[in-house]
Amino acid sequence: MSELHATPIEQLRLDNVHAFYGESHILHGIDMKVNRGELVTLLGRNGAGRSTILKSIMGMVGRRTGSIMVNGRETTRLPAFRIPRLGAGYCPEERGIFASLDVEENLLLPPTVRSGGMSLDEIYAMFPNLYERRRSQGTRLSGGEQQMLAMGRILRTGANLLLLDEITEGLAPVIVQKLAEVLVKLKERGLTIILVEQNFRFAAPLADRHYLIEHGRIAEEISAAELPGKMDLLHRQLGV
Amino acid sequence: MTLFDIPTAALLGQLMLGLINGAFYALLSLGLAIIFGLLKVINFAHGAQYMLGAFVALLLSRHFGIDYWAALILVPVLVGLSGCLLERFLLRPIANQNHLYSLLLTFGLALIMQNLFTNLYGSSGNAYPTPEVFRGAVNLGFMHLPLYRAWVIVAALAVCLAAWFVIEKTRLGAYLRAGTENPQLMQGFGINIPFLITLTYGFGAALAAFAGVLAAPLYSVSPTMGANLLIVVFAVVVIGGMGSIVGAVVTGLAMGLIEGLTKVIYPQAATTVIFAVMVMVLLLKPNGLFGKGA
Ligand SMILES: Nc1ncnc2c1ncn2[C@@H]1O[C@H](COP(=O)(O)OP(=O)(O)OP(=O)(O)O)[C@@H](O)[C@H]1O
Ligand SMILES: [Mg+2]
Repeated sequence: MSELHATPIEQLRLDNVHAFYGESHILHGIDMKVNRGELVTLLGRNGAGRSTILKSIMGMVGRRTGSIMVNGRETTRLPAFRIPRLGAGYCPEERGIFASLDVEENLLLPPTVRSGGMSLDEIYAMFPNLYERRRSQGTRLSGGEQQMLAMGRILRTGANLLLLDEITEGLAPVIVQKLAEVLVKLKERGLTIILVEQNFRFAAPLADRHYLIEHGRIAEEISAAELPGKMDLLHRQLGV
Repeated sequence: MTLFDIPTAALLGQLMLGLINGAFYALLSLGLAIIFGLLKVINFAHGAQYMLGAFVALLLSRHFGIDYWAALILVPVLVGLSGCLLERFLLRPIANQNHLYSLLLTFGLALIMQNLFTNLYGSSGNAYPTPEVFRGAVNLGFMHLPLYRAWVIVAALAVCLAAWFVIEKTRLGAYLRAGTENPQLMQGFGINIPFLITLTYGFGAALAAFAGVLAAPLYSVSPTMGANLLIVVFAVVVIGGMGSIVGAVVTGLAMGLIEGLTKVIYPQAATTVIFAVMVMVLLLKPNGLFGKGA
């Protein structure tokens, strides 16, 4: 029953998803399918609705309609706290490190949702900085360390669908490089990753597919193979 | 021996009494701070829940012969459960409204409870027997400390310490702290925040009821006992900083001591000194002594 050789397993599927914050209608019919082990990016300008797609999956928007299947389960009618238990791990744009917890408490905070997560030792081996600073207050870390903490935190839980929102934002090139290596390792472990990115040079070599988001809609779906031919379009749309 | 012309014995005696009051302030403001932290509800029913604790202990002893020790466990559980129900069915439906609604709701409930008990049992106080083992006093040299009062200090401090331990050193406490900071993200990790909120409110109410049972043999059990105390406790919470657990306990004890001290130095000011401190703190450090940034 090796998952690697089986036909693709549908890890996430969005059908005609609309999302609202109060009265504002942000997503207008998103359709999306991500198979197990894929790394997919959501590209787009500021305010296009990329974060809102991740938040819709996590049940963190005001209201959402349509269908969102996580690991084969319909989630639009589930309370938000049930969705991570289906295997979704979320790393928010603002990182969400807790000031009242030290680094290790932050790491240990999210409950295990599935077996097969990384151990604390493995996470410390991946991010040695976190080990050195494990007794520091979470928000005393540098931006890069906080990002590692926000990532490491969801690796422990066994989540197999990672939703990562702008993890490279504002970080030094060495740390961005480090995060790229981490993503490659996570992919090797068979995790499914959805990456919201501004840094196209970071995302391009890692991704299997890209979705270009515009005004709450999917404007274009581009596979890694099609990418070279679509660079002009992306330059125009993203200004990269 | 005297200090500023004040007999040391009198001073120490008043400080000891102040510490007992402070123990109650600490227990009550601890509950208020925990509730406020996670729910952002200013629980005006806290005084009524304290009163309820004392009354339920009294009624259990009168009608069912349930003694003090059993009441000390049973009553907080009962009042805590009633708190859970209150949160689940009255506070949760208005959780997304302006915080003023929950304040008014709990205030209204407090008035209802207070008047209900006044109607049923009259407004005069009722005596609750001091448990057998605590009849008598211990001679501390500077004063005879009734044993029961000594027990109140020990019990209140032990409960505060236990609560501190749970909140600061356990996983449940980490959930509570993190949930206080960012409940939405905690749900994004799979934590059932609505349930945690219900438990937290119940726990806060149970703390108030525990204080009420402790108070029953000490003060007379009356429908207004909580209302009078709550005003001071709110001042304590404002001084300590809303939502700060350690701040609530330390400030509670400190304010009791300051009150005791004032009773010796300038007795006329004893009932207002806490409010004077509150005004000063609000002017100098509006978030309270232990409060975090704006
Ligand atoms: N909590 C909210 N309430 C109301 N509107 C919101 C809220 N969050 C986002 N929006 C609006 O939704 C739209 C999409 O926002 P979103 O955060 O998804 O954009 P994004 O693509 O992630 O862009 P970026 O993160 O680069 O700003 C924006 O117009 C934004 O103003
Ligand atoms: Mg965003």
